[in-house]
Amino acid sequence: MINLNAGAPKVPLAEQWSSYKAGCKLVNPNNKRKLDIIVVGTGLAGASAAATLGQLGYNVKVFCYQDTPRRAHSIAAQGGINAAKNYPNDGDNVYRLFYDTIKGGDYRARESNVYRLASISPRIIDLCVAQGVPFAREYGGLLANRSFGGTQVSRTFYARGQTGQQLLIGAYSALSRQIAEGTVKLYNRRDILDVVIVEGHARGVIARNLVTGEIERHSAHAVVIASGGYGNVFYLSTNAMGSNVTPAWSAYKKGALFANPCFTQIHPTCIPVHGEFQSKLTLMSESLRNDGRIWVPLDKSDAEKLRQKKIRPEDITEAKRDYYLERRYPAFGNLVPRDVASRAAKERCDAGYGVGTTGLAVYLDFSDSIRRLGKEAIAARYGNLFQMYEQIVADNPYKTPMMIYPAVHYTMGGLWVDYELKTTVPGLYAIGECNFSDHGANRLGASALMQGLADGYFVLPYTISGYLSSEIHTPQISTTLPEFEEAVRNVTDRLNRLKNTNGSESVDHFHRKLGKIMWEYCGMSRNEAGLKKAIGLIDELKKEFAANVKVPGGLKEYNPELEKAWRVQDFIELGDLMVRDALQRRESCGGHFREESQTPDGEALRNDDEFAFVAAWQFKGDSSEPEMHREELHFETVAPSQRSYK
Amino acid sequence: MIFTLKIWRQKNAADKGGLVTYKVEDISADSSFFEMLDLLNQQLIARGDDPVAFDHDCREGICGTCSLYINGRPHGPLKGVTTCQLHMRSFSNGETIYIEPWRCGAFPVLKDLIVDRSAFDMIIQAGGYISVNSGGIPDANTIPVPKPDSDAAFDAAACIGCGACVASCPNASAMLFVSSKISHLALLPQGRVEAERRVQQMVATMDSLGFGSCSNTYACEAECPKEISVVNIARMNREYLAAKLFAEKEKQISFSL
Repeated sequence: MINLNAGAPKVPLAEQWSSYKAGCKLVNPNNKRKLDIIVVGTGLAGASAAATLGQLGYNVKVFCYQDTPRRAHSIAAQGGINAAKNYPNDGDNVYRLFYDTIKGGDYRARESNVYRLASISPRIIDLCVAQGVPFAREYGGLLANRSFGGTQVSRTFYARGQTGQQLLIGAYSALSRQIAEGTVKLYNRRDILDVVIVEGHARGVIARNLVTGEIERHSAHAVVIASGGYGNVFYLSTNAMGSNVTPAWSAYKKGALFANPCFTQIHPTCIPVHGEFQSKLTLMSESLRNDGRIWVPLDKSDAEKLRQKKIRPEDITEAKRDYYLERRYPAFGNLVPRDVASRAAKERCDAGYGVGTTGLAVYLDFSDSIRRLGKEAIAARYGNLFQMYEQIVADNPYKTPMMIYPAVHYTMGGLWVDYELKTTVPGLYAIGECNFSDHGANRLGASALMQGLADGYFVLPYTISGYLSSEIHTPQISTTLPEFEEAVRNVTDRLNRLKNTNGSESVDHFHRKLGKIMWEYCGMSRNEAGLKKAIGLIDELKKEFAANVKVPGGLKEYNPELEKAWRVQDFIELGDLMVRDALQRRESCGGHFREESQTPDGEALRNDDEFAFVAAWQFKGDSSEPEMHREELHFETVAPSQRSYK
Repeated sequence: MIFTLKIWRQKNAADKGGLVTYKVEDISADSSFFEMLDLLNQQLIARGDDPVAFDHDCREGICGTCSLYINGRPHGPLKGVTTCQLHMRSFSNGETIYIEPWRCGAFPVLKDLIVDRSAFDMIIQAGGYISVNSGGIPDANTIPVPKPDSDAAFDAAACIGCGACVASCPNASAMLFVSSKISHLALLPQGRVEAERRVQQMVATMDSLGFGSCSNTYACEAECPKEISVVNIARMNREYLAAKLFAEKEKQISFSL
């Protein structure tokens, strides 16, 4: 059993970070120049880390699979970024943001990391404004705020419905400045296929140049993984088509632990699936629930007629509608947290009340708000979202209710990291969505952007210096070391195997199959029998993939099918780990709902006595089962309570 | 729905390339343009052909990865929509659709429909930022910014860097892209500090990368999926002229010293 110690300073919570900073070792500017750092990924976490490390004077190499760093999927975040600025003077402070995040995460996050995140949050806004991020403002010229789910204060900063885009452009511009100054070197259109470990330390990566197919070796004194979430394991998700787990997965296979893989966030307001050919799902911002009312028909016969398009939702009278969130959760109504809203939608659809041609949709109705506030006011708040909805669905939400259904959106699980964001491998760090540290079992809205930027701009630059201060005598790492040779051999062998399998099914065929297994057995609701069945199904799929995948094209050329094949093979292995994790966690918490663990009226039931721990999994070889280690969670500041939104 | 597709195929940058005709059937009107291409690719893979390579990622109209001329128009027939947000219901059944990569000297084709847009990154690296470090920053509310200025800065900053402006321009000019960045930063007090330096460096880099000049056809504004206004180009020209005058003055002062 590995002893998992987060290593936060042993002082009161509020003093930990300043105490850490006061004591951490620094690297002198002359020595920084001699130290190389690799950053994998250019989303909010990766770009902000690479820019800051470059600015500090380290030699940074940054990698992305996209054609330019500005396209990373952080760009798609709509709603906003939280910060405990208390500009509205409505009672917010660092402690409250910390408390909301711990509670929203259903008491499965680490207090020390979350407190630090909350305490850093105001600085992020300062920096972004200085970079030119055009946040929404009041007429007085100062910054505007809005409220978000799971909180009682307005602490969300936003840039219309494109906050992620504007923050990413800020980080990208800071990164571009460092590229121009020569402190950061950019490698675009690269997949990172392996992490190289030399004498127990992370010393480099193996990259595939996606344009030429060339296998490249890159060495460094430290490696930072910022490769984002793994929601695409479900095939259909709101993630970008290229979002993948591969860099994090290769870190796992090289010794880093993977924590709480089963914690997946299913977002309640997405555009429903409309056909077999569908390639991805689109999110509609959570902010819509501020003015939209969610309902399904009260009678099954009405639902049936709606599915067959014999009647329209406007034909159903008020008395024949079931506003099920308002009915079940009178206190929070349509603004219950994401996990609760998602499960309630599934419950109604499973019971036969779903609408849309597939029966897997519920209505989000704005007619009351339009009557109350006028169409103009609704258009000012949600105009771009309504337009987007109409573009995709060809239906006008001003006239007829939107149809929505939950979809996979974010993954709280990821590489296990300590207080310093270091994995269990010395010199290997994980930041942003690809680590597990801050959101517990459920992430609050507008907190992903906050975490990515906190990690990259303000945490990692301090914590990595402690490690690098002991590396100043290590000369540049040679890429001809036997460990690099072996890694290149392994990568090349696997690519050859994929190419030469010459089976009969395309990569997408396997990815869809995996997605269906994961959604059915490890999605919004999970049970022991289903999870056990899923392990068998995934094992079969893994073998079928190895024997029967068909990858056209060559190795030494631009070959998108080959890229996908590698990623999907990793997703299949990850799927197995997620299911095992979901199986061992015989409690319901946050996004993880075990049917065996619920209250008599169907609400999630947490089990703090047995499961107040982080499950961190260790890879034990391809033919052995992974081993689970525990990091016990101690709640010294916030006493865990059962969440209630009734 | 049934479509005849004429798609540009090109093995690599050195290959000459040409249009190849394909037929697709059973396409749902609700499927997106890329889902239609996905289906074509599944058919090509099944019969052992090389699938069509195209750039795409978020498929929700914000990352700017997708491109394509569709029947000669960047991002296809609809206004204010990226290729990934285009659906087959916007085409008529049985239609022949021409699909080609961006054509511009500064955006060389890498394979099939994929082009290299690194030139845009190089322009941003020449000054498309505010030179601040991640420390020593004043409180975000220290400098009030008039809401109209902030809104106008946002409008310019909505650019997704897809390159449709260059693709639509008869001169392959990058003025709309560059001016949107110049405007975004010049409209904010935080960005004024180095505005003169920025506009000169970015314009010089743009010119050196082989983009053409602007001749006011406004095709860029018409085809921009984010509907960025050509007002930004006027603002950039003003900024540029003022910066040049200022630079001239600076030189004279140093001369007289």
